[in-house]
Amino acid sequence: MAAPVPHPDKEPDAAPAASTRSAGRLLYLAGVILLCAWVLVPIYFLMINTLSAPETVNSFPKPFFPEFDLGSLQFFAGFAGMLAALKNSILVAALTMIMSIAIGSPAGYALSRFDFPGKELFRLLILLTRAFPLPLLALPLAVMFIQTGLDDTQFGLALVHTTLALPFAVLITFSLFSGIPIELEEAAWTLGCTRLTAFTKVVLPLILPGITASAIFAFVISWNEVFAAAVLTIENRTLTAFLLQSLDTPPLHLKFAGGFILVVPALIFIFAVRKYLFAMWGIANR
Amino acid sequence: MNARLLPYVLILPVTLFLCLFFLYPFVLVAKQAFTTGAGATLDNFREVVSYWKFPISLRNTLLLAVAVVPIQLALSLLMATMVTRMEKGRDMVLYIWTIPLGISDLAAGLIWLAIFEQSGFLNSMLHGVGIVDKPVNLLTFQNPGIVFVAIMLAEIWRATAIMLVILVAGIGLIPKEYYEAAEVFGASPWKRFLRITLPMLRPSLQTALVLRVIMAFEVFAVVAALGGTLFPVLMGETYAYQFDLLNSGAAAAMALIILAISIAATLVILRALRVPKRATI
Repeated sequence: MAAPVPHPDKEPDAAPAASTRSAGRLLYLAGVILLCAWVLVPIYFLMINTLSAPETVNSFPKPFFPEFDLGSLQFFAGFAGMLAALKNSILVAALTMIMSIAIGSPAGYALSRFDFPGKELFRLLILLTRAFPLPLLALPLAVMFIQTGLDDTQFGLALVHTTLALPFAVLITFSLFSGIPIELEEAAWTLGCTRLTAFTKVVLPLILPGITASAIFAFVISWNEVFAAAVLTIENRTLTAFLLQSLDTPPLHLKFAGGFILVVPALIFIFAVRKYLFAMWGIANR
Repeated sequence: MNARLLPYVLILPVTLFLCLFFLYPFVLVAKQAFTTGAGATLDNFREVVSYWKFPISLRNTLLLAVAVVPIQLALSLLMATMVTRMEKGRDMVLYIWTIPLGISDLAAGLIWLAIFEQSGFLNSMLHGVGIVDKPVNLLTFQNPGIVFVAIMLAEIWRATAIMLVILVAGIGLIPKEYYEAAEVFGASPWKRFLRITLPMLRPSLQTALVLRVIMAFEVFAVVAALGGTLFPVLMGETYAYQFDLLNSGAAAAMALIILAISIAATLVILRALRVPKRATI
């Protein structure tokens, strides 16, 4: 007689379980949205300040929507030394990008393709750089640069920034090259390529997007660096050094417009390399 | 070219570069720190340590690290687990969450200055809901707590992404079979997190923490933008020695002190989270 009700309590149980699940789902979604807002809203505030007239930036209370007035940006562009600083920043970052890839990627290739005595020692040297507060290097280098005439030049600062970016460049290119089977190269050798032409004709085209991504990464490292830039440049200030110097001095709209100019390339670049970000960081950091 | 020589030729540029711009400057900075005009001495260290601001800036730096890093660790673990469960929109959410990775610490400081300054957005919001009727100057010496919270928030906002990226990459390397097996045996999601994710993630946690803690001791521009002289930190004092006081010997001594703290912290983290030999994935 018990046959009609095999699971008497199944029905009442299923509903709360489903509702807990959908409540959990809702909580999860809310959490994701909240964390997105946590990242985006502060940037949005900076954007409001940048795209508002200087009077609005200094007024109270603040509007919560930008009025799309270019006054602050115009003031920024017209401020003495600002455009030169922007140019310096771009130049230093470009030099850093070129040097760190040119110097770093051959080592990344060597690490991925060869086993050689001293390889572990070399890896240790690379990893060692990660455990040091590198911007502090700028202090002794300031003296060294004065002796060699590199003080206050974009090239001198780019050398320091390259030291910052180089370990990443080596480890990232190492992981990129490791992702390309050596058999492809070997096949090219049997078809009459030399090591060099096999590299340029087979490996390079495959690896170019990844190399570009790590170059962009080097650019961002240099573009964002504050301490070394502030210590090593006086006349040829980069944008970060210039803004740091003008922190104590009003006006506010200059700082915010400058901050926004610092942020924009970062937004674009992180978007450009987003596909590689995890491969680069994940593997480069192990 | 000789295949035995080739790898050495390829790593030569990096090695030379790092010797010249990494190892050599450290020798220089040590020499600078341990000498004054009169030869080898500890005077530089005595000078910086006995300066009245030193204990304050040391305490501030350590306090900030202790307050910020655990929150970031928890937050980045939460975000990383959230993202691994995500099916739709994963790329978009990850992009948004990693935006601060590309943002300069100075820019991050300025972003939070826009919120906390006297006519800023926090005051505007408080005014909007009627808590204050005129803007309050929040970042002053009368409100050391608010200055600290502002710097804390800016640091959490800025540098959680770096840990997130390392942890997401690390979680991606954990074989799915482990989770499937645990599920078969009836382990709850929480248990799976505790017993699989956390232990397997140890190498990534190690790197993430080392990187983050070293960054915490280098904190500089965020503090300069938000606290100015209200909240002295070690790196800011180093900068002041070099620039305002033109005392590069003292700046070098400060640099070595920061370095020593960083190395000590790195060793502690490596030891605490050490991966048993042969227990890698």
